[in-house]
Order: sequence, then C-alpha cells, then structure tokens
Amino acid sequence: MHNLFAQSLHVGSTATPEAVQFWFLAPLAVLAALGMLLVKKAVHSALLLAWVMITLAILYIAQGALFLGIVQVVVYTGAVMMLFLFILMLVGVDSSDSLIENIKGQRATSITAAVGIGGLLISLIGRATLNHPATGVESINANGNVQGLANELFTKYVWAFEVVSALLITAALGAMVLAHSQKIKVRTSQRDLSIARFRGDSLATAAGLPGSGIFALHNAVDVPALGPDGLPAQASVSKVLEARGDMIASAPFERNDIQEEEK
Amino acid sequence: MDISNYLYLSAILFTIGAVGVVLRRNAIVVFMCVELMLNAANLAFVTFSRINGDLVGQVASFFTMVVAACEVVVGLAIIVTMYRSRRSASVDDASLLKR
Repeated sequence: MHNLFAQSLHVGSTATPEAVQFWFLAPLAVLAALGMLLVKKAVHSALLLAWVMITLAILYIAQGALFLGIVQVVVYTGAVMMLFLFILMLVGVDSSDSLIENIKGQRATSITAAVGIGGLLISLIGRATLNHPATGVESINANGNVQGLANELFTKYVWAFEVVSALLITAALGAMVLAHSQKIKVRTSQRDLSIARFRGDSLATAAGLPGSGIFALHNAVDVPALGPDGLPAQASVSKVLEARGDMIASAPFERNDIQEEEK
Repeated sequence: MDISNYLYLSAILFTIGAVGVVLRRNAIVVFMCVELMLNAANLAFVTFSRINGDLVGQVASFFTMVVAACEVVVGLAIIVTMYRSRRSASVDDASLLKR
C-alpha cells in the first residue's frame, strides 16, 4: 500500500476493530484535553487529564506497546495524577484561575501561535514520506513485548538506564530539600506544659483548664462553665470559638440569673 | 484507517497542551498541560515504533515517562514551596524578580 510519492503519509492500515476503537477514543481524548484547558477548577482539569492518560494507555496497547500501556496506567494515572491531586488538596481545592488578562492580547496571540504550531505539525505529518514500507510491531513483539523491551534496555541502553536511575534519586532528594521547612521554635512537650502550669503566676489552672458547660445551664462546648463563685469561667471555652464569635454570651448563665429563675 | 492518524492525534494533543501552558495561570494546571504535551510526544514515539518496526520508539517513550516522573516530583515541590511563601499557586504572583 506504500507509495513514495503520496501526498499524505500512508504507513499501513489498521484492522477495522482498531479503527473503530480509535475513532471512538480519539475524539473523547481531544474533548477531554480541550475541557482541561477550559474548566475553571484545577481538580476538574486533573480528572480530565487522567481520562486522557487512560485513553492514551488504551491506544498504546492497541499499537502493540503492552508494557508502556500498563506503565502509563500505573505511573501516570496512578502515581503522577495522585501526586497532582495531593498537591491540589494541599494548595487548596477551591483555587481557580482568574480570567482577567494581565498581559494585553496574550490570549489572542497564544491561540494564534498555537493554531500555527498545530497547523505546522499536522501539515508536516501529512507531507512526510517513508522510504520503506511500514513493518508493524508484530515482528518485534514475536518474543513478547516485555522481553523485547528488556533486551533493548539492558543491552543497548543500559548506560541511559543507569543515568536515569541517578536522575530519579536526585529528583527524590531535590523534592525532599524543597519541601522541607525548618521549625522556627522548639515544640513544647507535655513536660514543658506541666512545668509552666505549676511554676506559673497562679495555681488556679494547675489541674488543667475547666471543661466547658460544666455547672452551666447548658451542656455544650460554646457555653462557659460556672465557677464555684457562680461566675462564668471564660477559659473553659475554646479560644477558637471565641475568636469566631460562636461563643454564647455568658451573662444569662451567671448566678443572679439562676436565683431569679428559682424564685 | 491509516496509522498516521495516531500522529495527527498526537499533534492535536501536543498543541492543546502548549496552549494550556501559555494560557492558564494556576501553576498546577500549567504543569498538567506540560504532562499532556509529554504524553502526546509519547504517543508519537509509540506510533513511530510501530511504523518502523523496532523498539527504539518504545524505549524512548519509556525514558520520557521516567524523566516526566522526576519532573513532576521536583516541579510539585517547587509549587509547594512557592505556595508556602506566597500563599498562592498562581504563576502571576511569582514576580519578585520584577521589582
């Protein structure tokens, strides 16, 4: 089927099932990639990218690259996308892009440039010719895809393989160095806290802070406890609730109030 | 169907990834678009491996995957560091050198 003078690259045809699979998956992959570009939330982008990667894995397997297809699923959709989602959770899931252009005309220019690149690539593929007929992957997969790849990797490319392992170690170290943050102050231990309670200004809190809601009219975390003197113990309510304004005002729970109710 | 259709798909995905790198502001999304470009290149490698009938393309694709994994690890660590000091993952906010 090969024609040296053909305008488009005819490099052999595929069987019909593969063609059906391709025409089913390729538009979905392109749509997902476009969606990744257009959706506002980073999490949605990540999920769409995961879909594109799974699609590519299926296409790899269809093209005889069984090992790469499996590795694609394990490494990309498994490890890399999980890492992406993990960092997204760390940085804030709700983080979405601002749609205001900071550089004037950036959007129009970049879309024009992209259409140029795409047109260039596609016309290049269309005009390329092959000086030998396509052989197909069946001949090289005769002894099994994994065995064939291992044969190449551990003979011809063994040096590259070793260098890549060094790169992996360096990357792991680099990530550890970058993600490491130095502690500014020494962490207080339980012993330090205990010493502070007993050697502090007063022994009132030596046994710990009073629990909220104890001896109060209500038994809830946002209600201050009543001390033996009938006054509300402000320390019994979490400072977080106080700062948020979620604390119930203590005035109704004071002793006078109770006495009035008893009358 | 002609095998070269895989190459067209690869070119389209690569272009979409390139647009994403230029257009999006969120550093993580920019990074995901780089991943998409790498994946598109891998698809081209695998297709050429099939056309040429040797495993060189698949080996190249394998190495690309390893390097991409390294790149993701270091890149995400940089994003986390940036987020710690700037409280933002937007690439616009990393402009300290401009002032």
